[in-house]
Formats: sequence, structure tokens, C-alpha cells
Amino acid sequence: MSRTRFTRRLPAAVAVVGLALAVAACGGESTNSAASAPAATADQLNPNADLSKQSVNVTVWDGYTPKELPQKVKDKLKFPLKITLHATNEEAMAKLTASGDSGIDVAFVSGQYAQALNEQGLLEPIHPELIPNLSNLYPEATQLSYDKGNKYSVPYTWGTTGICYRSDLAKTPPTSWKDLLSPPAWADKKVTMMTTERWLALPALKALHYSVNTDKDDEIAAAKKLLVEAKPHLLGYDDTTFGDKLKSGEAVMVEAWDGWCPTTDEKQNIKFVVPKEGSDLWVDTMVILKSSKNKEAAHALINYILDPEIHSWAAANINYKVPNKAAMDKVTIPKGSLLGIKPAELLNGESIIDLGQASLKYTRMSTEITAQS
Amino acid sequence: MSPSRGRRLGAFVFLSPGLTYLVVLLLVPLVLVLSYTLFQRGRFGGVVYEVTGENFSRLLDPLYLGVVGTSLKLAGLTTLIALLLGYPTAYLIAQLPRKWKTVALVAVVLPFWTNFIIRVYAWIILLNGPGLLNSGLKALGLGPYELLYNQGAIVLGLLYSYLPLMVLPLYAAIERLDPQLREASANLGASGFTTFRKVTLPMTVPGVLTGCLFVFVPSFGNFVIPEMLGGGKSIMVGNLIRTEFLRARDWPFGSTLALALVAVLVVLLIAQSWAARRG
Repeated sequence: MSRTRFTRRLPAAVAVVGLALAVAACGGESTNSAASAPAATADQLNPNADLSKQSVNVTVWDGYTPKELPQKVKDKLKFPLKITLHATNEEAMAKLTASGDSGIDVAFVSGQYAQALNEQGLLEPIHPELIPNLSNLYPEATQLSYDKGNKYSVPYTWGTTGICYRSDLAKTPPTSWKDLLSPPAWADKKVTMMTTERWLALPALKALHYSVNTDKDDEIAAAKKLLVEAKPHLLGYDDTTFGDKLKSGEAVMVEAWDGWCPTTDEKQNIKFVVPKEGSDLWVDTMVILKSSKNKEAAHALINYILDPEIHSWAAANINYKVPNKAAMDKVTIPKGSLLGIKPAELLNGESIIDLGQASLKYTRMSTEITAQS
Repeated sequence: MSPSRGRRLGAFVFLSPGLTYLVVLLLVPLVLVLSYTLFQRGRFGGVVYEVTGENFSRLLDPLYLGVVGTSLKLAGLTTLIALLLGYPTAYLIAQLPRKWKTVALVAVVLPFWTNFIIRVYAWIILLNGPGLLNSGLKALGLGPYELLYNQGAIVLGLLYSYLPLMVLPLYAAIERLDPQLREASANLGASGFTTFRKVTLPMTVPGVLTGCLFVFVPSFGNFVIPEMLGGGKSIMVGNLIRTEFLRARDWPFGSTLALALVAVLVVLLIAQSWAARRG
């Protein structure tokens, strides 16, 4: 009888655990980032290039483009389109910044990440002459603060953040971020907030009338104080399932992106409000990588996505507003839907921009708040 | 070819797949993680190769030590309860007739056949405000209780997920015990409890330690359960590492945290093997 049989097997178990950690830690090769790399200069592109000799790799969130898009592109534009997926902006950034050539031609990322990629010199400037469908965009969609004039990014969807609530369970409809931060008795412990740091900070920063892009320590500290005080009154922090929590009645009031607030639920008891202190304007964009060897095809793809036929798919199927006037005109807006919010109203929101090194302050704040017991 | 050389060649051939696996997928990544801990975060993530000791001094920040403390507390509590529940279970299974042993062991492993996330999600449906348990209690005129989104729910989730990892090594240790030893103990006049205390328990200590390690290790680094059942209101080391890598894009500090986690586990392993050898 060997008593140490199990002990001898332990190294294998440890190896597995260590391996899991190592894999998690080893996302790819590291990059040297020049602090202020100049934005890339434009390549010479040939408008008459033979697209059938090119092929395009896209990285995008799951379910964010029509399933039949690769087939349609193959039929219409004659080049193969390969879709790869990322779950978050952070994952996309890891993919795109990891090595010299990620093999990706077109990436879908949020505005502030497009800005960061551009500052790092990784993006090809947009050649407007290759994308005639840019004229379908709302005029407001060319005035986005992270990229005025769409120099290196083309907006795909946009929206804002607000309070999503159960109109049948709320005694009075919320109007202010303060309703979320210090909820009335009927909502106590039935409120969720987001945990991704910039959106965790947003309600407190806006309630204090600060910018969502502040990097001032005293403003961030004041916001942190409000958020710590709010914590005992929360059901929890939730970035993904808050809509389900509202439907089940676990929560009566949640911080939500407009596209995620289930206002079209058949019971019609869920409503969305942008608090009076204002909110953000988020934009998900399409960018072309400097390292792409298929830039003409990449432009043709973006042009094709801006076609009202394709672009309206996003509004009709994933319930996100698209910054494309011609596309939105095609969409029938269901009862209760938030698709009707006007571009001018959206532009009242403040765009979240990349804060570089100062973003660590938000990470720390978020850790401090969630670690507080 | 001399026989000893042949044996050595055979050993090399049989070992090389495993060794390659360990070197490529364990050693190299670990060395990478280890080296990242010395450098700085790039503005957009990645690593800037300028040497700094800052990552280690940050580790001593009360904020992060507090998170490590919370993790130790929750994982430790989980391990303790798993041992208290797992030992009698394993003991009973070991006494069953052969046919039923198999059935019981399959039942212990059965939950692993369903996806982990789905099983954790099931707890949400059971425990939440309008959930099954609370509506049952309501029918009895009780509650509602706050059963979810607290540290108790995290421990429950960890316990549920990893209890089988406690039962299996314990079962193996108890099963291997020669029944004649217990009979001898009884013949010499020891009561059932004394036999357990003086014979069974000491001889199953290696199994106990293995089980505790198997439960403690995945509990300590878990980040899904604190998020789903803890409502994100408490964080553990796993959450912290994920945040540093993915949200903060701070690979060097994330690596330092990961290294600290590995270090804690290695210390535990050494303690375990030392105790097992002495026991």
C-alpha cells in the first residue's frame, strides 16, 4: 500500500493550474508603445484595384453583423470575407496590439479604442473617395469628439447610457443619477450598476456635474465617495444580465446602455430615461488596420456595410441605433423602442475618450469600490 | 546496445511528449509571466521593457492585500465545509457494496457533465428574490431573505462546484485502508470513535490534504462565481488578475498578481507533501 500515491500525482495537478494561469497571462508578444506616435500617413490606394485578388479578415463582436454577410460580400464584391470574433474591446485591443501584423484588416471597436489605436499609429486613414456611402451618415455622425470628420474610423452603431427601470414597480419614475446612487426605499437593494470602470464612474461623475473624461484626482475621489455610499443599497454590479434582472423583478432600476434595455418586452413595463444631468455618447466604429494588405477591399467592405440594406440590419435585429440616415429611414420602429432617439439628442451626450495612463485611476477606483465590504 | 542504455532511451522516448508539453505550455509561459513582473505597462497595454520594482511594491498595497485576504477567507471556509461534508460522504461510499459504490461515484461526478456556468446560473434562479426558494418560503409565510449576491452565496457556489474534488481523493484514501486494521483495533478494545481517531483518520491524512488542496486551489483563483453569485460586490484574486489584464491592460501588474497566486499555491503544495510524508 502506498500512502503517497496521491502526493505523487500532485505535480501534474499543479502543472494544470499553473498552465491555466500562464495561458491567461500570456496573451501574446508585447509591444513597445511610443508615447506620442504620429497618426499614420495614408497609403496610395488604387480605386480600380482588382478586389477578387484580395480577401478581408474582420474582427467583430458576436452577432453584431448579419450571418449571411460573408456570402453577400462574396457574391457582390467578389472577395472572401472571414469573420473572427472578440467578446470585448479589451480583447480586440490585445489582438490588434499584440504583434506587428495581426492578420486583421477591419476591426470593430468602440470610439475611444479607435482613438487609442490611431494614436499608436496602427490605423490606416479612411479614404473617403473609396467609400461613397459615407454620404448616408447623419451630419452629426461626422462630429464625434474622438474623431471629428471620420478621419480614421467609420461609426457603425451609437447610443447612450441611462437608467432602465420597471415602470410598474417604480413609485416615481427616476429622473436623476441620484435616484440610482441613493435609491428611494422602494428601490433599496433592487438597483444594479455597471462594473466596467468608466461606466461605473459615469453616474457619480455626472451627478456631480463633472466630465466623464476627468483625470482630476479630487473629482475622481468625490465620485468614489458617492459610489462607496451607494454600494450597500445595490443588488449588485452587472454589465451583462441587468435586463434579465429587471424582467424577473429582482431589480427595479438598473444602469444600462440603451440598446440593452428591454423596452420592447411584450409586457411593456420597462422604460428608459437619460437622467437630467446628462450622460455619455458611445459609438462602435469600424477601422482599417495600417498593416492590412487588402486596403481597397477593406474600404469596399465598409462602403457595402454603409449600404442602407445592410446597415439597417443592426437597428432591426440587435436594436442598436445606427448613425446612417438612409438606413434608419428604412427601419420600422416598434412600440416602446428606443430607436427613435434623435441624433441631435444623442450628441448632447459626452463621448468617452481614451485617457491613456490616467485610466489606471479608474481601474484603481473600481477595485477599491468592489473590494470594499 | 547495453540494457541500461536501452532503458534510458526508452525512458526518453516515453517521457518526451509529456516533457515537451510541460516545457512549451508550462515552463515557457511561466518564465514569460515571471519576466513581465519586472517591467512597466505600455500606454495601450503590452509591456514597456524598462525595469521597475513598482509591481512588487504595489502588491503590498493594503487594497490588494485585502483582496488576497478575502480570497483566503472564502476559499478557506469553502475547503473546511467541503471537508466536513466530504469526509462522511466518502466514508459511507467506501462502505457500500461494490455495485453501489460505482453508482455513488458516478453520482458524485455527474454534475461535471453539465457546463459549469449553467450550473452556477441555476443557483441564481433558485436563490434570487423572486426565485424558487424565496417563493416557497413566502408560501409558508416566511421571508423574503437575501440569499444571493453576498459572500455566503459565493461560498455556497464554490462548495457546490468543488465538493466532488474533495470526495474523490478521500474515497480513494479510505477505500485503500485495510479493514483488518480497524478489526484489530476493535479487538483490542477500542471504541468506534477511538478507532476512527487513532486509526482511520491518521491513515487518511494524505487523502484529506489532497482533497483540501483540490478544493482550495480552484476556489482561491475563481472569478466567475464571485461575479455571478456574489453580484460583483466582493472580488477575489482571480477577478483582480482578470481586471488587470483585460480592463486595465496592465500586464506587468497582472503577471505579478498571478505570480503571487502561484507562490501561495506552491507554498501550500510544499506544506502538503511535507505533512503527507510525516503523516
